[in-house]
Amino acid sequence: MKSRGDLLFEIGCEEIPAGMILKASQELKAILVKHLSANGLVDEPTAQDSIETFGAPRRLVAIARNIKLKQEDVTREISGPPKSVAFDFAGQPTRAAVSFAEKQRLPVSKLTIVNTPKGEYVIARQLVLGKSAAEILKGVLPETIREISWPRSMIWTGAQSPRFIRPIRWIVALLDGKVVPFSYADVQAGNHTDGHRFLGKRSIPVSGPRDYEEKLKKNFVSCRPSVRRKKVEAELHSLTTPKGLRTHEDAGLLELVTYLNECPSVILGRFDPAFLALPDEILITVMRGHQKYFAVESRSGDLAPHFLAVINLPRDPKGLIRAGHERVLRARFADAQFFWETDQKTRLGDYLPKLAAVTYERRLGSYADKVERMRSLARWLSEQWFSGGVAQADVAGSDRAAELAKCDLVTEMVGEFAELQGIVGGLYSRAQGEPDEIAWAVYDQYKPLGLDDPLPRNLTGCAVALADKLDSLVACFAVGAIPTGSSDPFALRRAALGIVKIILEKNLPLSLSAAISAAAKSLKEHAPRIEASDAIQKQVLDFLLERARYILRERRGFAYDEINAAFAAGADDLGDAVERVAAVKAIRDTKNFAPLAASFKRIRNILEKSAGKGDKGQGAVKQELLRDAAELQLYTVVQKIGDEATRLKKEKKYRKALEKISELRPAVDFFFDKVLVMVEDEDIRRNRIALLGTLLKEFSNVADFSELGSEEAK
Amino acid sequence: MARKSNSKVKREFAKLKGLTFQDLLLKLEHYWTMRDCILQQPYDIEVGAGTMHPETFLRVLGPEPYRVVYAQPSRRPADGRYGENPNRLYKHTQLQVILKPSPADIQDVYLASLAAVGINLKEHDIRFEEDNWESPTLGAWGIGWQVLLDGLEITQFTYFQQCGGVDLDPISVELTYGLDRIAAYLQGVDNVFDVRWSNSMTYRQVRLAEEQQFSAYSFDHADTASTRKQFDLNEAEAARLLAAYDALKGAGKERFPVLQAYDLCLKCSHLFNVLDARGAISVTERAGMIARVRKLATHVARAWLDQRAAIQTPAGMSA
Repeated sequence: MKSRGDLLFEIGCEEIPAGMILKASQELKAILVKHLSANGLVDEPTAQDSIETFGAPRRLVAIARNIKLKQEDVTREISGPPKSVAFDFAGQPTRAAVSFAEKQRLPVSKLTIVNTPKGEYVIARQLVLGKSAAEILKGVLPETIREISWPRSMIWTGAQSPRFIRPIRWIVALLDGKVVPFSYADVQAGNHTDGHRFLGKRSIPVSGPRDYEEKLKKNFVSCRPSVRRKKVEAELHSLTTPKGLRTHEDAGLLELVTYLNECPSVILGRFDPAFLALPDEILITVMRGHQKYFAVESRSGDLAPHFLAVINLPRDPKGLIRAGHERVLRARFADAQFFWETDQKTRLGDYLPKLAAVTYERRLGSYADKVERMRSLARWLSEQWFSGGVAQADVAGSDRAAELAKCDLVTEMVGEFAELQGIVGGLYSRAQGEPDEIAWAVYDQYKPLGLDDPLPRNLTGCAVALADKLDSLVACFAVGAIPTGSSDPFALRRAALGIVKIILEKNLPLSLSAAISAAAKSLKEHAPRIEASDAIQKQVLDFLLERARYILRERRGFAYDEINAAFAAGADDLGDAVERVAAVKAIRDTKNFAPLAASFKRIRNILEKSAGKGDKGQGAVKQELLRDAAELQLYTVVQKIGDEATRLKKEKKYRKALEKISELRPAVDFFFDKVLVMVEDEDIRRNRIALLGTLLKEFSNVADFSELGSEEAK
Repeated sequence: MARKSNSKVKREFAKLKGLTFQDLLLKLEHYWTMRDCILQQPYDIEVGAGTMHPETFLRVLGPEPYRVVYAQPSRRPADGRYGENPNRLYKHTQLQVILKPSPADIQDVYLASLAAVGINLKEHDIRFEEDNWESPTLGAWGIGWQVLLDGLEITQFTYFQQCGGVDLDPISVELTYGLDRIAAYLQGVDNVFDVRWSNSMTYRQVRLAEEQQFSAYSFDHADTASTRKQFDLNEAEAARLLAAYDALKGAGKERFPVLQAYDLCLKCSHLFNVLDARGAISVTERAGMIARVRKLATHVARAWLDQRAAIQTPAGMSA
């Protein structure tokens, strides 16, 4: 008898939202791997490779190759009473043996005696016959469908029926060519799939993975996303290149259209070049956002009066589809043009009073209030930078940009295209003659939107972006709107990440705690006059530092303990802290440093223990009480190296400072070899503790080495 | 791909030219009445969407099967453009279909209705794109798509999950066709006002004055103080009725005017839309007023369900 076979499993569905298909097919795989492994139907080491899954708008598909058609038979051992209880001195079974045998449905003669570490025991051996894969799959496949998770599922028959993302209309479940019989939400699994909604046949019989793809292909369904993506890419290229054009790259859109179509092809449409008078950002947003069209550029990068639409048919022989899409786009562009012209009738700054009617947060007032807070913060930031030696910091410009920043929220254009907030304000500012610096600052105010998003392009933009984000953080924390789990309605995590990223990458001199307290001051001085207590400010600082740690780990490749060591010596000036992290990383594995770090940890422990007994080691070292040569030597070395290290630190030569500190090692080692700290004599003890305290204090201001080697707290 | 000349495309569209606005409406109504739908009339109170018609809002509640089709002129004051915009209208015409429970072949039956009005399904790019519908004023939401015809939204296709704050069982499917834009598409015109309504009259001739005057009213003339007062009065009357219904103990439930309370709730919804278009509502106040309408709507839904249960032979069930 054949021992292995292939499984074809297809969940046929009404159109699944394009953005969810990839994740669902990945989940489908994980769930199947889990169930098939747990039931011993696949060989564990190759389970991942023997199962593949993919998806298209109307189907999620899994193919499992070479799975066992039957579970192995296994012998189970059930342990019973000890031999001494089960058999009497004459070797006759007792009541205990008989009842155990009865329970196991075996004659007593079939019981076996085994030696265990606890002595001799009676056991029963039971042969458990493996179930057939079909039997197991009958239960596993409906469970698999149930386990796929969706952001928002639905019911379609009745309240009692199972949920899915959209109604399931057919199921193919074929194991080795035979149907696995089960039903889910009133749909009976079978061996018939469905072709393309308009061009393919309905109810196409398949026999398994062998003919499935071929039959779908004949029925105008390309079930593998990789094939669809390649076809779209090729056509985006072939439709533009011969005309001296190219596709405006958009990886996200490419992914989306790959999952929007079962039979994709691309058509090239045109629009009236007069619309090119609108800014590119608006044209591209209209094409992409609403219509899912790719924009087209000339070789020089200017937008061309063309678009590329991906359709779910192989061809458009009569040009009807193209004409339809062109007409829809014309109407969309006409709308955008109408918004542009209407908005331009009012100067951007004149929208300001309207912001008073737009609530930012119930307790935090309107956007007009937020703008006032942002202005004062943006001014403060620029003043800080200017006095910190950044010559191009522009106080008045930052103030003006902050004043204009939120005005576009009440324009028609942003009302229609919310994703263009900021950008529209920037475009209007420029069109109305604001200086470039200010227009770009408004344009860039929401940047960076993520770890890989670029920063505002100029310093004024950084001031506005920071002012906006700092105000959001401090204000929201002050009223308790703090992110929890997946709930972060004001995108505060993103704001914090943005703040850290701007400061780090622009290398701006700025004290985080001073910035937070400036935001708190602004919050207190402007309506609705909310107080952010010191505890709240500390919370915000920790929140920011958490993001900073994240960036340093994820993007700069620093280790958890390196960051902690440097941050423990202060992280208020982030740029400076990063330089110290880098110095720690560079030196941590050198000959003297690693053992020295271990000694520092020892010193810390001693000091903690002593602090527990009331001596924190904060007193001055009394030279006359230093008895031992080793402690005298340490004292001298600490003085000498301390002076030099301090000088190097002042010059921000952190690596050199750490190298210098490493030179402490012989003296520290010598000290611990020869000197007992916790001696009876209180004066001596106190003095030695003070020596260690001085040492730790003196040499922990670049980084706290005792943090090195500690594990990440989970 | 060889580019077809525009004149050729125009000829293709010319083949479809027979379908006037009214023929489109008649054909679709006929199509659905042939599939066992009741043919209902538009509701005689201002509504923003076909969903607000009691034939949808109330009929999807409870267990009784129901099938209905009707046209519903839908007023959206904020979308008015004085008749000057080729696509936006103060009042557009929806064709609404409710099928309860939702049949398993509903997508095919829907697509066949497009074929019935002359759309060759193999020659056009027709797709179902995710679009979950929600009406905060009605406490209703559903899962579904917008149906796109060559990039144009022509229908909202929704499996209702909740209505009036009540979880639905069975699930109804709602199809909402945008008749004006489908007609414009079929006739190959860019401006809805150029649509031929009948063989002798255009959409402009039939409807332009309405668009101009109602836009002018909601943007320029509506008196906000008195509109607010009307809102308050209608709300108070609806609330009074609903409280009176709740106080009933069995007797008198059957004839109690829950339906009137719903009409008053619809009035509130429209008055709110007028105020909103007039720019008289701040963002904060907006959420509050929506909540007031929703409170009435969900209360009506509960009362209606209670009333149906109290009546021995519920609507749609044979005695």
